Amino acid sequence: MYKLNNIKAIGLLAFIIVALAACKPDEADFKSPSFSNNPDVFMDDFSSGLQYAVFQGASFSAFDVTSEVTYGGSASAMRFAVPDVNSSDGSYAGGTFFVGDGRDLSEYNTLSFYAKATKSATIDVIGFGISFGEDLYEVSTSIDVNTNWKKYYIPIPDASKLSSEKGLLHFAEGPENGQGYTFWLDEIKFEKTGLLAHPKSTIMGGDNIVKLAYQGIAVNIENVSYSINQPDGVFKDYNIQPGYFSLTSGNESVVQIDADNKIKIVGEGLALIRGYIDGVEADGSLTLNVQGSFSSAPTPTYDQANVVSLYSDHYNNVPVDFFNGYWEPFQTTRSEDFSINGDNILNYVEFNFVGNQFSNPTVDASAMTHLHLDLFIPVAVQSSTSLNITIRDFGPDGTDGGGDDADIIESFTDLDLTSGIWNSLDIPLNGLSSKNALGLLIYEGNELPNFFLDNVFFYN
Amino acid sequence: MKYLILTKLNKQIFATSIAFMFAVCFTSCDKDGSSDFLDREYNLIWSDEFVGQYGDLPDSSKWTYDLGTGNDGWGNSELQTYRDLPDNVSLDGLGNLVITAMDEAFGGSPFTSGRVKTQGLFTAKYGRVEANIKIPFGPGIWPAFWMLGSNIDEVSWPQCGEIDILEARGQAPSIMYGSLHGPGYSAGTAVTEAYNLGNDRFDSDFHIYAIEWGEDYIDFFVDDILYNQVTAEDVAGEWVYNNSFFMVLNVAVGGGFAGFPTTGTPFPQRMLVDYVRVYKEI
Repeated sequence: MYKLNNIKAIGLLAFIIVALAACKPDEADFKSPSFSNNPDVFMDDFSSGLQYAVFQGASFSAFDVTSEVTYGGSASAMRFAVPDVNSSDGSYAGGTFFVGDGRDLSEYNTLSFYAKATKSATIDVIGFGISFGEDLYEVSTSIDVNTNWKKYYIPIPDASKLSSEKGLLHFAEGPENGQGYTFWLDEIKFEKTGLLAHPKSTIMGGDNIVKLAYQGIAVNIENVSYSINQPDGVFKDYNIQPGYFSLTSGNESVVQIDADNKIKIVGEGLALIRGYIDGVEADGSLTLNVQGSFSSAPTPTYDQANVVSLYSDHYNNVPVDFFNGYWEPFQTTRSEDFSINGDNILNYVEFNFVGNQFSNPTVDASAMTHLHLDLFIPVAVQSSTSLNITIRDFGPDGTDGGGDDADIIESFTDLDLTSGIWNSLDIPLNGLSSKNALGLLIYEGNELPNFFLDNVFFYN
Repeated sequence: MKYLILTKLNKQIFATSIAFMFAVCFTSCDKDGSSDFLDREYNLIWSDEFVGQYGDLPDSSKWTYDLGTGNDGWGNSELQTYRDLPDNVSLDGLGNLVITAMDEAFGGSPFTSGRVKTQGLFTAKYGRVEANIKIPFGPGIWPAFWMLGSNIDEVSWPQCGEIDILEARGQAPSIMYGSLHGPGYSAGTAVTEAYNLGNDRFDSDFHIYAIEWGEDYIDFFVDDILYNQVTAEDVAGEWVYNNSFFMVLNVAVGGGFAGFPTTGTPFPQRMLVDYVRVYKEI
């Protein structure tokens, strides 16, 4: 089953609006001076102003409104038909219900709804906070559903942030073991419940992370989590955006938190950054060790004629499909690339693995002897830190897979990697059985949550 | 064993107590322990406010311990070993007694916890008995504030009588129970009443759990709500509560009332007791 762990990756800006007859603008709410606090998303019908957009690649016909199966005898419910695998209509059911004029949800603390399904299944993604904007306050989770109606909660970690929220409900679910099925949602509304308790959260994976930082290079908190105790006494985890965390700086002469809750580096030294949600401190912290000026990677000395470059400000670069494929479902790596003093640098955060693909066209490196990379690690190198780099030749078919690919894998350990300096890595290509159709570099790390990358090129 | 079974008798009481609930909903128990609606006046005769240093054991002149596993997990197939260590029973330095259930194998049990009692140190007969408690939570967690007849060693249970001022099941933290167990109406046939907090949970904050107790009657309160009244005529056996009782505070893990903990039960779990106070009616 094709699981989704990052809805944005499937094309947030590529929504296709599906006009539904049920989308009824409410004259009373139209152009009201303040945002509506209407808590209803779908009770017996679309609530005021609610619209529906299908996620890219999802089934167009997955959603409709039914009066046949409803919760507690209500007039109607939402029905979602998850397609079978390889369905011509789309590989999954997914979309968002949103309003054009944001809702003021600040007096509520959860989205709630009832759900049931034709069989026991796990709805991969369900939550709120996806519309057409920055979506700073998305919350989502997966839920186990079965053939009985059950009430579910999507908590609002800090409702004061939601004074104008447009994304009221979104979902994404693929076939279960290749088979489609149907689930229903009803009585979908925001409410203030006392039945969720003991919220807890983490930043930086719950660890106390120390990171080198420089003026001009943005730093954000990452690896956040949120959990809240359910009415049955068991905690449930939710994916939330870092935007819910209010940050504090322990050293205002080094780091300040600006009005947009962003980390602003103002001086050199150490600053401890903590996160809070609705006044409750998160586990984990980020200590920035702000250095003086940032040194770019060493300038490469090879002639352009002897180089095929993928990423460097010093060479002409060949076309690259992507420097981060956001491979689902297990990749956590995000890109926070930056430019400093005119030097463009790749920055992988929450790194576990990532790929650089260059298949249009593939690279003929038959005249090349090595791959070169410059790697800067702004966090501590642990004894268990390692990095494997795979160089893949796509073979005669020119595409990834197909049984004709050739790989070499070079491993680097803590002995090869040093924090706080540029590590120049050179990998010989002579172990590669074929190198005239190179198409992919894969980086896989352990205890290496963040690194900068520059000057990625083949040379002889 | 204290199963919840709503008998016909209890349902009648429930109907009655609903009427009382509306009546007393906003009548508070004053600081001197009086209940306006019931027009009773009380004087404080015993209390522990749990003032002390962080990590201290509670006042040994007021509290003693049940230790170990008892017989068959204290008669309830409970899964914990009780200890008198600060890990399980101690003051938090902020004015609370903390009883902590831990997911920690000890003495052949998979969990440890604490159970303190006033047996041999203090007993009450009649009056108002109350505690301000923040209960723990999670499936299989069974916190309780209760009393046992001080003649238990002579007549044994249930002849001695048991007054449960607070019991809860961590998998249903919005509901608390008050019960009487006596001869002919114990365990599954105990006189029990549940009170549901509705859109809130008892583990989210402190609540005052109390009884007001006199000859041939016991009234059960949570905060200012009188949610059950039981008289000698209401029990299906001998009324054994015109006697002195000692108090018990504990957090059990597992057992017949709360069922097994699950992999989702969060540990450690802490019951915070702000105070225990006993009043005598004037």
